[in-house]
Amino acid sequence: MKLNGYTLATLKRGQKGVIKSVDASDPQVQRLMVLGLVEGAELEHASSAIGGDPIEFRLFGCGISLRQEHARFFQVAPVVAGD
Amino acid sequence: MTKPSEIRISAGDIAVRRGLESRIAVVGSPNSGKSTLFNRLTGLKQRIGNYPGVTVERHVGTLTFDGKKTELIDLPGTHSLSAHSLEEQIAVDVILGRMEGSSAPDGILAVLDATNLYQGLFLLQQLVELQMPLVVALTMTDAAVQSGIDIDVDVLSEALGGVKICSVVATTGAGLEKLRAAISNIQDLPDLHEISVWPELTAAAKELRALSNDELSATESMRLLVDGITDRNQSFAAGLSEDVIALLDKLRNDLFADEPPVAVEARVRYDWVRDILKTVQRSAPKLQTWRTRITDFVNQPVAGTVGLFIVMAIVFQAVFAWATPIMDFIDAVAASLGTYVGATLGDGAFSSLVADGVIAGVGSVIIFLPQILILFLFIILLEDSGYLARAAYLMDRTMRSVGLSGQSIIPMISSFACAVPGIMATRVIPSRRDRIATIMAAPFMTCSARLPVYALLIAAFVPADRVGFMNLQGLVLFGLYMFGIVMGILTALLMRKTALRGPKPPFALMLPEFRRPNLQTVAFQLLGRVKVFLYRAGTVIFTVAVIVWALAYFPRSEIIGSEAEQQRQTVAYSMSGAELAAEYQHIDNLAASAQLEQSWLGRAGKSVEPLFRPLGWDWRVSAAVIAGFPAREVVIAVLGTVYAVGDEANEATLSGRLKASTHADGSPVFTLPMVIGLLIFYACCLQCAATLAVIRRETNSWRWPVFAWVYMTSIGYVGALLAFQLGSG
Repeated sequence: MKLNGYTLATLKRGQKGVIKSVDASDPQVQRLMVLGLVEGAELEHASSAIGGDPIEFRLFGCGISLRQEHARFFQVAPVVAGD
Repeated sequence: MTKPSEIRISAGDIAVRRGLESRIAVVGSPNSGKSTLFNRLTGLKQRIGNYPGVTVERHVGTLTFDGKKTELIDLPGTHSLSAHSLEEQIAVDVILGRMEGSSAPDGILAVLDATNLYQGLFLLQQLVELQMPLVVALTMTDAAVQSGIDIDVDVLSEALGGVKICSVVATTGAGLEKLRAAISNIQDLPDLHEISVWPELTAAAKELRALSNDELSATESMRLLVDGITDRNQSFAAGLSEDVIALLDKLRNDLFADEPPVAVEARVRYDWVRDILKTVQRSAPKLQTWRTRITDFVNQPVAGTVGLFIVMAIVFQAVFAWATPIMDFIDAVAASLGTYVGATLGDGAFSSLVADGVIAGVGSVIIFLPQILILFLFIILLEDSGYLARAAYLMDRTMRSVGLSGQSIIPMISSFACAVPGIMATRVIPSRRDRIATIMAAPFMTCSARLPVYALLIAAFVPADRVGFMNLQGLVLFGLYMFGIVMGILTALLMRKTALRGPKPPFALMLPEFRRPNLQTVAFQLLGRVKVFLYRAGTVIFTVAVIVWALAYFPRSEIIGSEAEQQRQTVAYSMSGAELAAEYQHIDNLAASAQLEQSWLGRAGKSVEPLFRPLGWDWRVSAAVIAGFPAREVVIAVLGTVYAVGDEANEATLSGRLKASTHADGSPVFTLPMVIGLLIFYACCLQCAATLAVIRRETNSWRWPVFAWVYMTSIGYVGALLAFQLGSG
């Protein structure tokens, strides 16, 4: 399932990524999938709280906050600016 | 159910009897602006109750349009028809007509947030699949325009089976008339054509439904296929035949194989949503608004956290500083009213009841209405503007270090107003361990009933010196709030390390855009709070004030009365004029004090005094504390009553009377260490029957309320003991 080692947790502030695969075995991750964190969704790292955790992402214009530990379940392909 | 079934009347029948045309369920995601819209549509004509057996609030209102009455039921916010929490389960049960005592609604009003179509459409496609009469209210269209979102409503309607969509701006009321008309005539809408989001699931559901002889509805079949049989869907999963269950297992295996069904559903449905969004939604250049500027500012980690503390400090400063002039006014009115009544009615039990019991007792609680109003105003504003969610996000890491999650912050912050709604708000926390730890911590937050005690003691005993931009009184109040927070956090930590040890709870939080709170909604909620407070002041506190007055007034001692009369006659020979009047006053006060001391309350206070003497309390403070155990704000009323009949009655206000009170040896009762001890006692002690009752209800056990009471009272006692003994030594 490795995809260049990029996950939502590795995105930097202002960087965008498209989810490529999700490890859905964890019920907590399934709950996040119901909120729209599924393959094909594009997220932007918008901000983080002190210490870099949790992270706020923009998902279709809406803010959703995730903890580092959960963000790691989502493999992403970074979107290069200008794409 | 022990009641015979024929007595039960379904809510549908009641609706018909009231002349209602139809019942409509209002469904939407959390933060979709559902409650604001509901308030706009129903106005003041709504009733708040509970769903049977659970403590989730049930809001029902009536919409009148063109003479037609429609009943609207505001359901808890839900992201999906898969029930993950109690609130979602209730929403699903009501929609499917599985809620005890009510039939299925005649239609659905779906609330769709224009700024969050992505998640909103996930729920909406499930609602369309219900094949029930459906009207969609597209809210926050003004905010969407500002965020650069352009929505093609006709294309959206076509994609959703031709559903009726009404664009509204709930804050200004634009589009509401059309929406009202659509809801009132929901039965006349053409049927939706079937949409094909997930053909395999639709086919499997049909097969399952056929085998169950239509025992299951199309939607129930779908939910069973995705969720399986769980304890959340027992309402329709119980009693299925073995054949149906066997087919269910086979179909689920075909559909999902080894994948978690919820994950598969999310993938399929969101794929469909993304396709639809491409045709429906165009992005225009985003406007630079106050909203984006605020968001950009608070998105910097340090600035956001510092900002949070500044907001909190401003709130508490405002609660203390802004309310003072109004409070002084109420105080003065109550004092002069009491004097006037006392002078007009003369001496006697009735005069004392009105002046010392009712006016002093209730007046000393009403005085805190301005502070409570300001506090609630801020909490409602912060919640409505979307800031509370951001506070949860910013504080998550901190909360996690004590074993809780950011979601616990909302119940905690609500508890600053009142622990009862705060504890009820813990229902959003999915993990039970986490939830109970939060419930145990919540009563430590400084509630509005503690505020009167703090405010009284601070105003009387802390000098109003300026420290920087705050004054010392405000600073002490802030310190007490902080003390409550620290105690609550330590408690949660302790619980999570001992009785409630377990894995870290999950955390995913929607962070809504900042929005300008709707004045009508704010006023509406504030009015509700004031009503509750005044109702309590008018009933519970009035009753307690009268009872306490009676305990403090009776029994009257004949001997004290006649001795005082003798003394008056004696001094009348040797004195005259002002000197005599002062001496009369002194004798009267001594007599009143002696009467109080041998009254029932005095005796009760004296009998528990040894227990509280190490804290520096005299019997009057002890008596007030005892009387305050059912409801802590009562203590002010009791102090007001107790001190209105004693030696300190010459002082016009309660704080003056407290300052003047002395022990038997003439030393002041309210020394600084004693006051600090008393404040600590109030900060900790769980003097609130309502909180105990709600803990019992929410944890479904007596164990937790009993534990909380013993634990908090012990801490309060030890804290007050340490403060007094160390401070006086």
